[in-house]
Amino acid sequence: MIAIFLREMRLALRHPAEALAAVLFFVIVCALFPFGIGPSPEALARLAPGALVTAALLAALLPLDRLFAAEAEDGSLDLLLTTGLPPAGLAAAKAVAHWAVTGLPLLAATPVASALLALPTEAWGVAMLALALASAILSLLGTLGAALTLGARRGGVLLPLLVLPLAVPVVIFAAGAIEAASGGGESRPFLLLLGAFLAAALPLAPLAAGAALREA
Amino acid sequence: MQGMAGVLAADDLAARRGGRVVFAGLSLRAAPGDALLLLGANGAGKSTLLRLLAGLLRPVAGRVTWDGEDVAQDTAAHGARIRYLGHQDAIKSALTPHEDLTFWARLRGGDPHAALEALGLLALSELPCRTLSAGQRRRLALARLTLGDAPLWLLDEPTLGLDSASVARLGRLLAAHRARGGIVLAATHLPLPLPDARELAL
Repeated sequence: MIAIFLREMRLALRHPAEALAAVLFFVIVCALFPFGIGPSPEALARLAPGALVTAALLAALLPLDRLFAAEAEDGSLDLLLTTGLPPAGLAAAKAVAHWAVTGLPLLAATPVASALLALPTEAWGVAMLALALASAILSLLGTLGAALTLGARRGGVLLPLLVLPLAVPVVIFAAGAIEAASGGGESRPFLLLLGAFLAAALPLAPLAAGAALREA
Repeated sequence: MQGMAGVLAADDLAARRGGRVVFAGLSLRAAPGDALLLLGANGAGKSTLLRLLAGLLRPVAGRVTWDGEDVAQDTAAHGARIRYLGHQDAIKSALTPHEDLTFWARLRGGDPHAALEALGLLALSELPCRTLSAGQRRRLALARLTLGDAPLWLLDEPTLGLDSASVARLGRLLAAHRARGGIVLAATHLPLPLPDARELAL
């Protein structure tokens, strides 16, 4: 599993364009809001929590349809599945790698995006924490979606349709946490709910993805 | 060499692909040192049989056994004893052959350097795989077979794109594998360097 994770990291470093594209997408979407809504800080700050979380989740979805499809196309997936490694282990390694390659850079770009959306600076810390949890959950759900849509003809279109409805609670809790922090409220309960969601997805998503890979 | 010797058997196998029965009632047996050539027209089910024996597909009927035990019982143990070479070479163009084999050696055991040497890839070991020719890529895929001494080699068109020197090198590799008690099953349309191999027509 560690070997698979390390290979993913090495491949991502050789081709950084994919991860960079997701980060740039995130920043650009956040930069579009002031143009659409007008530069009034109050209006922007009101929208910022939801916009930040939605943009980050959409950006993290971008590289997901290649997660297993690239491996299936060049024959690597067959070889990986014949090593006797449990498919759930393979899926877990892929999910962690996806988070490291797209989730972490998104976190690094969060202050920039927050500034573009005029989010009060005292909420930036909570925003990063909430996005860290939200993107980790999305990596797990997305890995499940990628495994399920592997081999489907329009897998790239099907994947968001499958994953985004599942991500609704993530958006609610993450945006709630950021909003509470920027309004001087208590963001802890929201973050704990996100943590609970992550704790449930951590074992379940790879297991389900592994079962889907075996059938693909 | 743990578990090098073993008997592969398949009883009354049937496989389906895309709703169509590809073959049914197929039985085979391979003892240590055996080589089996799978012959048949395009679409006869040679690749399907290899994927089935590799555990990538489940049979519709029948079962595959190793030393009498159903391989579906313990997929991890079956995975450890097989090396599968598919149609595709499973190469990441951004990695070098050495990195590729180091990765597989971490999963499979064995020495990447020796594997490179066995297929004559040492001179290319630090070049990105995107610069390799089709035959060189095939040699890299073949080099993975040698990692970690597995008893059962399942080869799908192993000589595709190879030059005659490489075919001879593969012949020595296959002979050494069989001398150690290994089994080779190969699907092919081209003559393979496998002396006294049995033929199985599909």
